[in-house]
Amino acid sequence: MNFDLTNDQKMLQREVRSFAETELAPVAPQIDVSGEFPWDNIKKMAKLGLLGIIVPEKYGGSEFDFVSLAVAIEEISRICASTGVIVAVNNSLVSYPILQFGTEEQKEKYLPPLCSADKLGAMGITEPNAGSDVAAMESTAKLEANHYILNGTKRFITNGGEAGIFVVFAYTDKDLKYKGISAFIIERDTPGFTLGKHEELMGIRATANCELIFEDAKIPKENLLGKEGDGFKICMNTLDVSRIDIGAQAVGISQGALEEAIKYSKERKAFGQLISNFEMIQGMLAEMATQIHAARLLVYYAGYCKDKGIPPRFSKEAAMAKYFAANMAVDVTRKAVQIYGGYGYTKDYAVERLYRDAKILELYEGTSEIHKIVIARELLR
Amino acid sequence: MDIIVCIKRVPQTAEAKVEIESSGKDIVKDRLTFDMNESDMYALEEAVLLKEKFGGTIIAISLSCSDAEDTLRIALAKGADTAIRIKAEDFDELDGYKTAQLLSAVIKDIHFDVIFTGCIATDDAYSQIGATLAELLGIPHATLLTNIEVIDSISHVHRELEGGLQEHIEISIPALFTIQTGINVPRYASLIAIRRAAGKEIKLVGQNEISKDQLLLNTQIEELFIPPVAKQVKIITGSPGEVSKELAGIIREKGLI
Ligand SMILES: Cc1cc2nc3c(=O)[nH]c(=O)nc-3n(C[C@H](O)[C@H](O)[C@H](O)COP(=O)(O)OP(=O)(O)OC[C@H]3O[C@@H](n4cnc5c(N)ncnc54)[C@H](O)[C@@H]3O)c2cc1C
Repeated sequence: MNFDLTNDQKMLQREVRSFAETELAPVAPQIDVSGEFPWDNIKKMAKLGLLGIIVPEKYGGSEFDFVSLAVAIEEISRICASTGVIVAVNNSLVSYPILQFGTEEQKEKYLPPLCSADKLGAMGITEPNAGSDVAAMESTAKLEANHYILNGTKRFITNGGEAGIFVVFAYTDKDLKYKGISAFIIERDTPGFTLGKHEELMGIRATANCELIFEDAKIPKENLLGKEGDGFKICMNTLDVSRIDIGAQAVGISQGALEEAIKYSKERKAFGQLISNFEMIQGMLAEMATQIHAARLLVYYAGYCKDKGIPPRFSKEAAMAKYFAANMAVDVTRKAVQIYGGYGYTKDYAVERLYRDAKILELYEGTSEIHKIVIARELLR
Repeated sequence: MDIIVCIKRVPQTAEAKVEIESSGKDIVKDRLTFDMNESDMYALEEAVLLKEKFGGTIIAISLSCSDAEDTLRIALAKGADTAIRIKAEDFDELDGYKTAQLLSAVIKDIHFDVIFTGCIATDDAYSQIGATLAELLGIPHATLLTNIEVIDSISHVHRELEGGLQEHIEISIPALFTIQTGINVPRYASLIAIRRAAGKEIKLVGQNEISKDQLLLNTQIEELFIPPVAKQVKIITGSPGEVSKELAGIIREKGLI
């Protein structure tokens, strides 16, 4: 058993941390207010290879493993949660399914621009009437000659407003229930594809969250990802993987909050002494550190399982990591605000933003309730 | 252009609480994080910029304990071609002169056009290594470089002087330059470069390769201590007009504006 990061993971951690502290830190509070998409930093990160961490070098990626991906997302999210999820989506929700289920032509065509951020990735599963219940989706795709004609609306799509390459799910055969869902790679300039409402979010506000509207959109036949009917499998498989980096995002946000809280507790005085002298403050700090540590181990372990292929289905591990880490992050950032007192409730301090950022973790890529269902289903098999 | 960059791994003490070890001769290091010395990062970047312009190779060299291999690998990831660690554990106590001696013992057998070092190490702040090493190797040197205009048999470089002055000097290479922070913007290593560097071997040089006979230790640390904090508080009293007048006087007198 070995809990050490490898040489390359340690170096990656150092470089990403240094990049985040220097380049992301000044921008993070600004884009939280403005909602502006951090293109400059995304381009810089693409140059370093962070947009294609898990993609093989021959497709323009950096060819690291999933533990490394978790380490990188954690370091980015420690400073800027928006940037963390933008990068996570590009890696796990878009590059990964293309890599795993795409044809050689699809990989050669779509992975290089995703890695270089010439075209950013977004993934559309959720619809106005289908969130947790993925199979309730109403989007349909009909094959007509050489094109699929896609109709439907995808809601809440991270990166949606700025992406160039979309992985989108729709029914090719409603009668087959979830086995009739298919996945498509869709380019931004596809005729019949427009952007809808841009969401004003509570947290992760710079993530170009947007509705995708397909009205008789013409998708070339060769852009089917996998086979017809593979969509649900691709979706679930991809969500398993991306739960590693949502867990990592939770760990990063929480680590940032803990560091802020420690610093503040050693500066702020009440009743004639530093608040860090109060045992109740110490208790919160101790709980936070322990919670973060536990979540980090779960997340790294899920990444490790994916990298080693053990167990063959690591859904449970990934779901436990994401579920625990998401709850943990909401609790830890809440404690950080508590330690700051009234100041933590103002925009003058980062913990206010971190608390809002953390809440999304319990919602997206499967709510906490859905995660518990996944875990329990594995237990009761 | 063959370039050697001397690199030190130092504790990061800017935000840490520094405590003195029980021996009284070192600081407590077990809870500190370590990284490449700041001005060495600029020295390394300056080397990489020259290599990009003129080709050649970069050798990163560090006299340090084995933990510093991480730091040397970072240098490899950022553009150094090879890395050498002189095993500090083989050579007992060190000072600036002995460090320069050890570096020169290795460097004298390597071809180079330029040697870069940082201008100062942020831990012991000796600022001795660059100049001493140049003397031992019998080559000219210039310290505190803020700009390299031309690098050639006749090179033109700028040095930083006190009071915001710059000195422009002409110097022939091979030469040694100590690099000031801010001369460039050090790059981040790309992930691919990191992956390549992770597998690279670091060449080790120790007491089998370097004779200890000629090594001199000229200075020894007697005691390390944290200077007592002197409290200098002046409370100004009087009417707002008087107070602000006196305050303005003090600020002007101390040269703060
Ligand atoms: C900021 C943000 C970014 C997002 N990014 C993306 C994206 O990039 N791509 C994408 O496709 N989607 C994205 N989503 C959508 C997200 O994944 C969904 O919002 C989420 O899956 C929940 O679906 P819903 O909102 O429809 O909630 P619902 O499914 O309507 O759930 C409402 C409540 O009911 C609970 N519930 C539902 N079913 C059960 C059950 N069987 N048992 C117990 N409780 C249940 C839920 O847990 C929740 O508490 C994003 C959402 C947000 C807010």
